[in-house]
Amino acid sequence: MQAELELPATRPRPTALPPPARGVESFFYDNKIVRDFGVATVIWGIIGMLVGVIVAFELARPELNVTRYTSFGRIRPLHTNAVIFAFVGNGIFTGVYYSLQRLCKARMFSDVLSKIHFWGWQLIIVSAVISLPLGYTTSKEYAELEWPIDIAITVIWVVFGWNMFGTIARRRERHLYVAIWFYIATFITVAVLHIVNSMALPVSFMKSYSMYAGVQDALVQWWYGHNAVAFFLTTPYLGMMYYFLPKAAERPVYSYRLSIIHFWALIFIYIWAGPHHLLYTALPDWAQSLGVAFSIMLIAPSWGGMINGLLTLRGAWDRVRTEPVLKFFVVAITAYGMATFEGPMLALKNVNAIAHFTDWIVAHVHVGALGWNGFLTFGMLYWLWPRLYRTPLFSKKLANTHFWLGTLGILFYALPLYWAGFTQGLMWKQFNAEGMLQYPNFLETVLQIVPMYYLRGMGGVLYLSGVFLMMYNLYQTAKAGTLLANEPAQAPALLPEAQDPHAQGGHWHRWIERRPVQLSIGATVAIAIGGAVEMVPTFLVKSNVPTIAAVHPYRPLELQGRDLYIKEGCSNCHTQMVRPFRSETERYGEYSKAGEFVYDRPFLWGSKRTGPDLHRVGAKYPNSWHYNHMMDPTSMSPGSIMPAYPWLFDNQLDNSTLPAKIRVLQKLGTPYPAGFDRRAVADAETQARSVAAALKTEDIDVKSDREIVALIAYLQRLGTDIKVKPAQVAATAAQ
Amino acid sequence: MTIIFLLIGLSLLVALVFLAAFLWAVRSGQYDDAYTPSVRMLFEDEPIPPT
Repeated sequence: MQAELELPATRPRPTALPPPARGVESFFYDNKIVRDFGVATVIWGIIGMLVGVIVAFELARPELNVTRYTSFGRIRPLHTNAVIFAFVGNGIFTGVYYSLQRLCKARMFSDVLSKIHFWGWQLIIVSAVISLPLGYTTSKEYAELEWPIDIAITVIWVVFGWNMFGTIARRRERHLYVAIWFYIATFITVAVLHIVNSMALPVSFMKSYSMYAGVQDALVQWWYGHNAVAFFLTTPYLGMMYYFLPKAAERPVYSYRLSIIHFWALIFIYIWAGPHHLLYTALPDWAQSLGVAFSIMLIAPSWGGMINGLLTLRGAWDRVRTEPVLKFFVVAITAYGMATFEGPMLALKNVNAIAHFTDWIVAHVHVGALGWNGFLTFGMLYWLWPRLYRTPLFSKKLANTHFWLGTLGILFYALPLYWAGFTQGLMWKQFNAEGMLQYPNFLETVLQIVPMYYLRGMGGVLYLSGVFLMMYNLYQTAKAGTLLANEPAQAPALLPEAQDPHAQGGHWHRWIERRPVQLSIGATVAIAIGGAVEMVPTFLVKSNVPTIAAVHPYRPLELQGRDLYIKEGCSNCHTQMVRPFRSETERYGEYSKAGEFVYDRPFLWGSKRTGPDLHRVGAKYPNSWHYNHMMDPTSMSPGSIMPAYPWLFDNQLDNSTLPAKIRVLQKLGTPYPAGFDRRAVADAETQARSVAAALKTEDIDVKSDREIVALIAYLQRLGTDIKVKPAQVAATAAQ
Repeated sequence: MTIIFLLIGLSLLVALVFLAAFLWAVRSGQYDDAYTPSVRMLFEDEPIPPT
């Protein structure tokens, strides 16, 4: 095998192959599209990670939140979207477009579709880069983009699938190598997830309300969120691992049989683990347990894949010492193994009780993102570039430097955040001998970990500097060579299945057709699912009937304030979910109940407590406290790392779409009285005047038409529906 | 919590699609040979000139 691969060094650059033998077809692989996606991967990687470094330091030094367009709440989603969909997304397409052509022995189905896919995807990313800093967001994590962009994503994704399945249909190799299966699973599942989670009714061009409310929205979101990790960050990269690792190691995968088991086991289990993001929330217990059980089961296929990857290098470890591509792959697979062991552990309820909402989770995802996705991408690009440009890599030494900078970067990133998460999670739960919270002031637990935020930011800088080295290295490699845009290849045509002695058994459904019982069961299940899908919208409307009589829809001004809360990305740092722990009810108040969220579109439970939970913040502080706090957080909480929001005090509240918002919410089932849309603006203005008047009594002069007034109205409403009000207590006492 | 039925339904639907794909793969002989594909994929690229 080795001998065949080591062709003479003097072999000329292949631009054409000898005339083919009978039955053998000549064709060309499209390398240009691979190069284009590769370049996009590097550029968006640098941009996405740069934004990551900025948001990291914004947490350590709040004065870095200089403008509204670059404040943490608005650009943290930009960071996540850029690294997931722009960096990793383009990385996936690079790997798929290169390997699929070779594995199918066919050029991509259509050059036009390839181009539409490439430019469409880049345009979607550009629209994200513009719309997120402007505050157009749905607030649903990793699905923040508003509805017109969601539709564009769906269209381009279908173009990708069309191109991929077209290529598979025209393949000259009957066997579908395991990598292709991973790509197919990626396409199908991401399509379903994206469409279901993005269901929303538009209010205006860039504003919509989720089709789901409260707990339902949370469940859909984390079904999506978890599977986005599974089927966007994991399965396509596993496919790429099974292609590029054997290629780079020049030996077959350790066990092809294991890779097949790995694939099928993984995709059947992964989709059920989503609820582990909602442990101890208002989600029903059985759904939480389902998520935990499947999360634990995931260890088996994940580690099967990791072991298969590492054992592929058996007998090649000497080359790992010198070959940067293999070094990157080894760390990537190791990071995959660590993250997929840690994930199930974090899904255990007792571990989750400490880790959830802390920086531990941030560390966990970055081991996966920086280690697994980042390093696999880097290794792949270092392997690809010399092949695309037909010249040796410009500098192995630089690539090795990149490797060490990146590895150090991961350590400097992850270790401080593990420390921070563990520290803060325990501080939140610590009681003293008198049974009181040891650290009743939330800020104290934040200030304790700020040094870790600095270290994490430095880890990010190290990692990013390595990527700059890679960019330079790849650029110099490209300059030294010439792009082989169309690579000639030859393969025998695939015989029709009937004439192919190797393909027997006929269509799979003939097997089921010969078995009437199985067929009946299968048909019933299929129909039942179809029926459930059709009936569920009815259930959805029914579930909007409040189960807690005291819970009422938001008043128009509060709704406006809520939309500002979404726009400024408050839910990136503040949760609205008091878990049923004594440490939380002591700190925040009554734990959150599912019935309180029936009018929340979208849900705003959040996933990280950089600041305290806000579900019971309503009526906790006077209006003036919120006013001063939003103007300058340190005036109310000395040392606070929250950014200031001065523009809320200048911006006039835009009530022009308010009637449309009310109408959309009515359509979704919120019980506003008929014709309320016409009275909504007047109602908002009335409430605004009363908030302004209340502020006046505390010596604060504010025009009632400013955004801050709406935000205060919302914050003061939060979680108060089931709070016992003093007036009620007095009334009860009088009876 | 009715949404969970939709999600379970959709998850089952996706799982059934994969099950159908799996049955197809097994029935059509995709997995009759669980070794040579791993070797075959190695033989196709033109090696780059050595450093």
